[in-house]
Amino acid sequence: MGPGSLRSAAEAGADQLRIGVFVCHCGTNIAGFLDVDAVAREAGASPGVVYSVTTMYACSESGLKEISESIRKHNLNRVVIAACSPRTHEPLFREVCGEAGLNPYLVEMANIRNQCSWVHMDDKERATKKAAALVRMAVAKAARLGPREPIEVDVDRRAVVIGGGIAGMNAALDLGDAGFDTVLIEREPDLGGRLRGLYRLYPSGREAREVLEEFIPRVIEHRHIEVLTATELTGVRGFIGNYVLTVRTGGDERELEAGVIVVASGADVLEPHGLFGYDGERVITQLELARRMSQGSVEAGTIVMIQCVGARLPEREYCSRVCCANAIKNASMLVEEDSGRSVYVLYRDIQGYGTEFEDWFARAREAGVVFARYDPERPPLVDSRGVRIYDLLLGEEVLLPADLIVLSTPMVARPDARSLGQMLRVPVDKDGFFLEAHVKLRPVDFATEGMFLCGAARWPCRISEACAQASAAASRALVPLVNGKVVVEPVVVDIDEAICRGCGLCRDLCRYAAIEMVENERGLAVARVNQVLCKGCGVCAARCPSGAMTLFHFTDEQIRAMLRAARPALLAGARHGDEGGSAGGVR
Amino acid sequence: MEGSVLVIGGGIAGIQASLDLADRGVRVFLVEKNPSIGGRMAQLAKTFPTNDCSI
Repeated sequence: MGPGSLRSAAEAGADQLRIGVFVCHCGTNIAGFLDVDAVAREAGASPGVVYSVTTMYACSESGLKEISESIRKHNLNRVVIAACSPRTHEPLFREVCGEAGLNPYLVEMANIRNQCSWVHMDDKERATKKAAALVRMAVAKAARLGPREPIEVDVDRRAVVIGGGIAGMNAALDLGDAGFDTVLIEREPDLGGRLRGLYRLYPSGREAREVLEEFIPRVIEHRHIEVLTATELTGVRGFIGNYVLTVRTGGDERELEAGVIVVASGADVLEPHGLFGYDGERVITQLELARRMSQGSVEAGTIVMIQCVGARLPEREYCSRVCCANAIKNASMLVEEDSGRSVYVLYRDIQGYGTEFEDWFARAREAGVVFARYDPERPPLVDSRGVRIYDLLLGEEVLLPADLIVLSTPMVARPDARSLGQMLRVPVDKDGFFLEAHVKLRPVDFATEGMFLCGAARWPCRISEACAQASAAASRALVPLVNGKVVVEPVVVDIDEAICRGCGLCRDLCRYAAIEMVENERGLAVARVNQVLCKGCGVCAARCPSGAMTLFHFTDEQIRAMLRAARPALLAGARHGDEGGSAGGVR
Repeated sequence: MEGSVLVIGGGIAGIQASLDLADRGVRVFLVEKNPSIGGRMAQLAKTFPTNDCSI
């Protein structure tokens, strides 16, 4: 463990620099809106640059091959890639350059797509100038880059799963089956989560109770799984491979050590107080209906279900996804149970997917369930006689005399999801659901390494989806567990303890709790950074009043060089502004 | 880790499955009938909701 030496490239002397610049067309994404050839030409004339070309797609197989061959052929010792955001492709370019024998941290990207061609589509000339300036800045920085080796960390080969619902149980089973000791924490006295309150499940029609009776013993009896019920998580510290969780069961506190954490803390269902006359007796929720159905105590001749209650509104914009299928299933079962019943489903839109959904929908209509569409501008009205609805298809108001009114309410984030997020230092979205690292490509990873998520804690989902996500999260978590070590990004802060005056500002600012104050051998307080926890955000380095902190890859020297390289462009931009350019101007 | 896995289909699902397995040290054979991997996703210009280009 430990970073490589922080050797300034300037020490090597500018005459030894051999910078290669690759300007990406990104198809027409970049080349369609600025002159990539001109950008490459100008870069080619910059000090230290020995090779500068354009490439159709730098990230494609042929583009990567070209970069790696050029490194060897032209003996490049720095690479600048002018393309898209480093957030998406920098790891790829680093890896390829690393394979070609160049230290991965001698690579720099200039974002001439997201920050240039995409936002200046109407002014090719100035977009070209700005791209050239961005590349000039990247070249200036590249000249001052230093190599560094990745940081390697040992991984504690145990896991903790937070939440004993269907998602958490599945994740624990997958981890346990792979042979890794897993502790499953559940706040309630019993495992099962939301399934405990459900009756028959969609689409199989099986009783939730049966599913739980099958699952729970497998979890409890598993030789690699320890179940802690009625247990609250009270604290988390550490980092990937080395987490320590504090849990409390009754009055007993205990510490759990684990290399990875899977969050499967689930969701609540909105209780529709104040909506559509909800009283828990004549007007109930789908969950309360499920309970009555499981007890065989639904006594109603006419049942009206209202969809999207408390959902898809300004204060709760999202669609809960499971309510359409759930209502259709319950409506079908009610009619099939007693064909004398009338069941109406009042909906805004019916949303569904997959073949099972269509089958249930068809089955419900064939069984006699009536579907009527309402306008959110003229929502159904519940009174003592029943439900008054303006039917959008009939174009008139209809009174449905209802004995029982069932409200379909959305899954909502648990009220304490935000505080759990703070404890784990992972983000939640505006609705309180946990946020994954990447909405498409990393759907079950948290941005914090070694933490994963699955199930309704992430977004309202069906049981099948919760199970799929749980297996995915377990599979992702198994990577560090199986390897027993992880490699983390060395773009982190270095502290010069000789300069540090121990003020502690950096520790207070650090969002990742990566800095602690320690006493050095002379008995003075100094800051020390845990380079595995450090995310390289640079807040501490920017704030440090004594200049003791240096963020590798973003040193003061590198940033000053970039600003110097940018200055001509800044002046040019200001002149344009004087001539009347405003919005979208190149600055 | 011993053993190897055959993944049939080189679209985004097959690629991700292969990567996760390979990251665990499993030898993976990823089989794709087309000349290149990438599947449907490689045919998309921009992908919702982040508007990243798919390759």
